[in-house]
Amino acid sequence: MSPLLLGVEEEGQSRVSSSSVECISQNGLGIREWNYLGLSDFCSVDSSGVLDDNGNNLNLKATELRLGLPGSQSPERETELCFLNSGKLDEKTLFPLLPSKDGICSSSQKSVVTGNKRGFSEVKGTIYTEKKWVGSGAVPDSQFLQPVSHGKYSVAQASVKKDGPANEIQEQPCTSNGTKVNRTDISNNSSAPTAKAQVVGWPPIRSFRTKTLTTSSKNNDEVDGKPGPGTLFVKVSMDGAPYLRKVDLRMYSTYQELSSALEKMFSCFTLGQCGAHGTPGKEILSESKLKDLLHGSEYVLTYEDKDGDWMLVGDVPWEMFIETCRRLKIMKSADAIGLAPKAMDKSKKDC
Amino acid sequence: MNYFPDEVLEHVFDFITSHKDRNSVSLVCKSWYKIERYSRQRVFIGNCYSISPERLIARFPGLKSLTLKGKPHFADFNLVPHDWGGFVYPWIEALAKSRIGLEELRLKRMVVSDESLELLSKSFVNFKSLVLVSCEGFTTDGLAAIAANCRFLRELDLQENEVDDHRGHWLSCFPESCTSLISLNFACLRGEVNLGALERLVSRSPNLKSLRLNRAVPLDTLQKLLMRAPQLVDLGIGSYVHDPFSEAYNKLKIAIQRCKSIRSLSGFLEVALHCMSAIYPICGNLTFLNLSYAPGLHGNKLMKLIQHCRKLQRLWILDCIGDKGLGVVALTCKELQELRVFPSDPFEAGNAAVTEEGLVLVSAGCPKLNSLLYFCQQMTNAALITVAKNCPNFIRFRLCILDPIKPDPVTNQPLDEGFGAIVQSCKGLKRLSLSGLLTDQVFLYIGMYAEQLEMLSIAFAADSDKGMLYVLNGCKKLRKLEIRDCPFGDAALLEDVGKYETMRSLWMSSCEVTLGGCKSVAEKMPSLNVEIIDESEQMEFNLDDKQKVDKMYLYRTLVGHRKDAPEYVWIL
Repeated sequence: MSPLLLGVEEEGQSRVSSSSVECISQNGLGIREWNYLGLSDFCSVDSSGVLDDNGNNLNLKATELRLGLPGSQSPERETELCFLNSGKLDEKTLFPLLPSKDGICSSSQKSVVTGNKRGFSEVKGTIYTEKKWVGSGAVPDSQFLQPVSHGKYSVAQASVKKDGPANEIQEQPCTSNGTKVNRTDISNNSSAPTAKAQVVGWPPIRSFRTKTLTTSSKNNDEVDGKPGPGTLFVKVSMDGAPYLRKVDLRMYSTYQELSSALEKMFSCFTLGQCGAHGTPGKEILSESKLKDLLHGSEYVLTYEDKDGDWMLVGDVPWEMFIETCRRLKIMKSADAIGLAPKAMDKSKKDC
Repeated sequence: MNYFPDEVLEHVFDFITSHKDRNSVSLVCKSWYKIERYSRQRVFIGNCYSISPERLIARFPGLKSLTLKGKPHFADFNLVPHDWGGFVYPWIEALAKSRIGLEELRLKRMVVSDESLELLSKSFVNFKSLVLVSCEGFTTDGLAAIAANCRFLRELDLQENEVDDHRGHWLSCFPESCTSLISLNFACLRGEVNLGALERLVSRSPNLKSLRLNRAVPLDTLQKLLMRAPQLVDLGIGSYVHDPFSEAYNKLKIAIQRCKSIRSLSGFLEVALHCMSAIYPICGNLTFLNLSYAPGLHGNKLMKLIQHCRKLQRLWILDCIGDKGLGVVALTCKELQELRVFPSDPFEAGNAAVTEEGLVLVSAGCPKLNSLLYFCQQMTNAALITVAKNCPNFIRFRLCILDPIKPDPVTNQPLDEGFGAIVQSCKGLKRLSLSGLLTDQVFLYIGMYAEQLEMLSIAFAADSDKGMLYVLNGCKKLRKLEIRDCPFGDAALLEDVGKYETMRSLWMSSCEVTLGGCKSVAEKMPSLNVEIIDESEQMEFNLDDKQKVDKMYLYRTLVGHRKDAPEYVWIL
């Protein structure tokens, strides 16, 4: 490596040693990347793939703050990714500061950075490392969110990409030989991003188009009824619960799965003794499970279909159900009296 | 020297319609300048801040049609803050005060208020045509004013505007006496429309050739409209959802078959796949098909539709067509000149369904291809070289790899050679957008070969100032250069400041230029406005010349600094 690189790295390392967590990213060739502003504070959110000096994976999940819901899990992080990190950092990045504070951050950043290539500002838009956390909108000129790369990418996506541009920048003072080598090696590490990251204005699509297509695809899911790629989130309400939940119907392929998922979700509201009842496999027999719901507790699972009618869950084949289901409701059986007896009769006939 | 009386020259000039040519004519001598300016009816202003309405009016008293563009191109991608500028009101106000008999106004990326629409509708008796592209700032109330007051309105064309839809009855505001409509496009409106009013309007518009509906117009209304307007040439379908066994659908099939003149089809904002066969009868004559807002149309049904479109010249599609689908296009659409493939899921980089293979197939099958916008998962040098060989006629070549610094996945090389082949082969290339991993080398090629290049968009590319220098030195016809996230600094910016006067504009964001560099340009070139756009409060507290500038937009102008810039724009 060139002397310049080493110099910066040392600076980075001295900072690293002073912070509680070490974070050095590595690609296949052992080329190191760092937050080369030398600022541990302005690193990415993604910290699960953190390696200490020995390349051992430190699990920082325990120390990270999350905005996820109880019982939610963050998806597997890329282990190649790592950045200078600190507990303080997480807080900053997860709870973005107001613009006025951003200004303060950025000016302090600049004072440290003089002479180095600056971090690029404005990674706007959604930067989230797990599905449930969204740092959008509230992160306007969030320079401190910069994982300091030429490409202004947020961490999670950018194992390769970050290496690429960061090395691009490193290469400027280097010979061109170094350039090519670094790049090709970095690109060898490309892997599909596990989490989403968005750069302002990329890809270059008119915002009108993006907005329209988002609406379009939502409508088409309802209209077409055709299962396709993507998700099918529907609201789930429960009588007496203070808030609603959402489930992705595409995550399940049988009523049983849905039922147990809902049960877990609303267990805090005592859905009832809904264990492993019912014969596995047959969808129709999930009615018996529902029946148990009826008997065991006071609740019935219903859904609103495309026509706006409230139907009992379990009558139709699963595929048809997810095509027509708009929202779910866990009703008190007292309210569901009109539906329930019919269901029970049907299941009696089938059984 | 004039050997002909003025009237003869004027008559000759009537045949010269292109703006460029008319501009050239006006430079020949004083008397030609005079004749030309009095006879000029159509004026195009590519940057509304390059000239003032007063000067426009003074020079062209016979003005009938005005085209104005406002915000820089990157504003489309949220890189320019709102209320940066581009207000049309002062233009309309000035024109209204003058004696100009404005008949046509075409605006792109401008801020249009309801007040300006109202003023427009009341100030010009013969106003005929309003075209708004990517504009914002108005509501359906403004449209109501246009509908109500423009008695001879022929064209109301709204393309991809952000309109605040008050769900009012703007369509009902067209008076019964209005029978002159030729073109009505409200596909971008998101709200309900009065369907009865729409039907009546279409019924009394015998000259209607172009009708583009929004999502709120259901299929049974579409059927009624088509029955009343079988002469349509351009149709935009809003909602295309119905039960295939219904009466309305059967009627639709009949109505469509009567429309033998339809050459252009778009929309399908909502679509039921089982109803597509009704469209097949008109597919054989289509020259333009725009399915870029129809994510519901995919798979085999899409393929089948395309297979009927043998005369297609322009195709705008979503990437869910896939490489295979592009293969079908290549086999079917031998007349294809323009292809645009948009991403259906832009932020899921792993899901883009087209790659270099699709493009290669189309280039092999469609030798007339000259205009491309292609969002893809990946691209290889080999593919680009093949495309360059197959299609040497590109005028517009815009490639967007969703991961903007992705190298050739096969060789892991940058895409320099591929783009180099494109610029070398396509001698008439006027517009180029680059993406993928790129070094200074590609800019060397561009400078060497892209002699006709007028517009270049660069993002996340290059290694050093040399890249920008190659382009500025080599591309003599360059008019618009927009750069983001490249390591170009003051050295490149300041190398040849005179060049910028030959260009319309230069945009640089997230590059290495400093405040000092920008100031230097402004000092040396008083004919340029150098704007620094900085929404953080840095500029107020830290005016160090060494400070890097986040966004710089400079453009040539005859009228100096604009007065309507917001707080966060500094004009040096």
